[in-house]
Amino acid sequence: MRVGLFVTCLVDLMRPSIGFAALKLLENAGYEVTVPAMQTCCGQPGWNSGDREAARALAERLIAQFEECRYVVVPSGSCAGMIRAHFPEVFEDEPAMLAKARGLVARTYELTEFLTRMAKRASVSASFDGTVTYHDSCSGLREIGVKVQPRQLLAKVAGLKLVEMEECETCCGFGGTFSIKYGEISSAMAEKKCANIEATGAQAVVLGDLGCMLNIEGRLRRRGDVKTRVLHVAEVLAGTTEG
Amino acid sequence: MHFKARSSVALADATLQANLRKFQSTGFTALRAKAVAEFGPELFEALRGEGAAIRDRSLAHLDAWLERFEAEAVRRGATVLFAETRAEACELLIDICRRHGVRKAIKSKSMLSEEAGVNEALAANGITPIETDLGEYILQLAGEPPSHIIAPALHKSKEEVAVLFEAHHHAPRKDDIPRMTREAREVLREHFLSADLGISGGNFLIAETGSGVIVTNEGNGRMVTTLPRVHVCITGIEKVLPTLEDFSTLLRLLTRSATGQSISNYVSLFTGPRGRQDRDGPEHMVFILVDAGRTSLVGGDMQEMLRCIRCGACMNHCPVYRAVGGHSYGWVYPGPMGAVLTPSYMGLANALDLPHAATLCGACSVACPVKIPLPELLRKLREKQVDRGLRPRSERAAIRLWSWTARRPRLYALATAIAVRLLRILGGRDGMISMLPFGGEWTRGRFFPAPKSGRTFRSLYASRPKPARNRGQTTVFSSKQQ
Repeated sequence: MRVGLFVTCLVDLMRPSIGFAALKLLENAGYEVTVPAMQTCCGQPGWNSGDREAARALAERLIAQFEECRYVVVPSGSCAGMIRAHFPEVFEDEPAMLAKARGLVARTYELTEFLTRMAKRASVSASFDGTVTYHDSCSGLREIGVKVQPRQLLAKVAGLKLVEMEECETCCGFGGTFSIKYGEISSAMAEKKCANIEATGAQAVVLGDLGCMLNIEGRLRRRGDVKTRVLHVAEVLAGTTEG
Repeated sequence: MHFKARSSVALADATLQANLRKFQSTGFTALRAKAVAEFGPELFEALRGEGAAIRDRSLAHLDAWLERFEAEAVRRGATVLFAETRAEACELLIDICRRHGVRKAIKSKSMLSEEAGVNEALAANGITPIETDLGEYILQLAGEPPSHIIAPALHKSKEEVAVLFEAHHHAPRKDDIPRMTREAREVLREHFLSADLGISGGNFLIAETGSGVIVTNEGNGRMVTTLPRVHVCITGIEKVLPTLEDFSTLLRLLTRSATGQSISNYVSLFTGPRGRQDRDGPEHMVFILVDAGRTSLVGGDMQEMLRCIRCGACMNHCPVYRAVGGHSYGWVYPGPMGAVLTPSYMGLANALDLPHAATLCGACSVACPVKIPLPELLRKLREKQVDRGLRPRSERAAIRLWSWTARRPRLYALATAIAVRLLRILGGRDGMISMLPFGGEWTRGRFFPAPKSGRTFRSLYASRPKPARNRGQTTVFSSKQQ
């Protein structure tokens, strides 16, 4: 079954290893994975900034890139959320494109959602020696309901112990352009998140979105914490955290 | 001063930060969560749906329900006045005061009176307004606006209030809350008994009975609405509900969402003035129903905002509000609901930063008892700003450039390859960038983690050695290439 991997622009630029981890997980689960070479961005920055036109152009491109794929899998709750929750709004006044957008919506899954719901073959055979805590990314959690899926998968990782932090569902302060418009508030929110992470004593915080990842890692290091690792759930599940 | 400047002051205010932390740890979110758990999460979800539907039904025929309300209220001896603007609401109120020779007015909590500046209008006309809600009373002494719609003085600590009471009550400083409250009650009692007019807000208006409703916890609302000769209920026209049955549904949602109570200490319905058989109640009862921008939202893409029943759950759950407090939002309504209402009522151009003062995390809309899609409304306001050319040129250019480049994958590949390499160099050995070009706001309080690899995923993927692609087999090269 052909699965298209939408790596997302932030993984592409900032953490290619996460893209390869997602690829490995999907292939382990028995899927033939294609990575459309011309993919770029889902249009979320434009959409959230109120630039419908900019968002629309990129959304249209993305729909075309993945037209041939039976499923589209995204290692990011917020990009998957952009497609699932907002693409139909982007094309609300264009019946033909709306139908295509709805088609993509029905085929698009966040990575852990796909692995728990669709994959027939077990994909996780990794091990991780230590304690982790999980940060629920806002869009994944509230736009598409990613909550138990990463935890179910993490439970299969040998040696991994999950301890929940206080307020694991509270925003880390990233918020896309919010982080560069309101740096001070954004950092103050990240600080609270970091304090909650550190209070668990976990060796790593695991999460499913690059925005949160950069924000939390940037704040942890700035406050002098060089120990607590910030890992994407795909890397932990694929056993590629030592990359 | 804008949101950003005000929030910067708020973040630097150690006392405020301590008060906000206390609010968060002992506050309403945990109480709401407990109340929802006791009610049954699924039942509560269904109730939220019903609440939203009731509000939508009311708003769909707002004019008809207001006419019905007016007819029923008048039939029961009340007077119903409509004010198109906030200034007109104040004029109507002052006129009532003149006609009844009012010198002193006692008030229970009313956000609309904050909106309209009722206290200032009364004072300017020689009438003394006295706030009797404890929080509002504290703020009246301090000369500050509320920072939360149901807990107006949450930004103040016990110690700050003690200093304030000492200065205004001319009594020795008390340091425990029961004694401070007793002292305030003693002061307020005099006012309750000597006031000529009582001004209340209205949580709801019931069309089928012509009643106003206030949902309170302190009991001052009962005295404000029954002791003085004249009672004026001043509220927004959108507060009307068709039936008492509708009200009972919304009441269950309101108190649980606001304070986690199954019901508040007092739920008061006032239907007309004192009747012939009644021993208590005002001789005159007047409703001032204020539009002040509300009808401009009816039928538009912000109409869902008019569902709001003023519970405060959105701000209680908002991580931005919890970081910077209510005063940062600059007008009467703070938090997510304020970030929608202020530009809607005061003009888009007059509150440019508020729709952006949110991470769109969605915690507000999940908590909202009437399912207002607050992040969606904030995003739509951002879109209106762009459409009207109200965003800074640099911001527009940046988004445009990103979108333009991302539509040209080969150029995009080249540009990102260069950017990734540069950022990697900037990151140095520890991979952390402490000064980001064009991203100074980011690096004020954080490092920017540099790209882990000097290449993009797409370029690594394109150049990975192609194994004989057995379907479903892990490609051994994938994880080694990182």
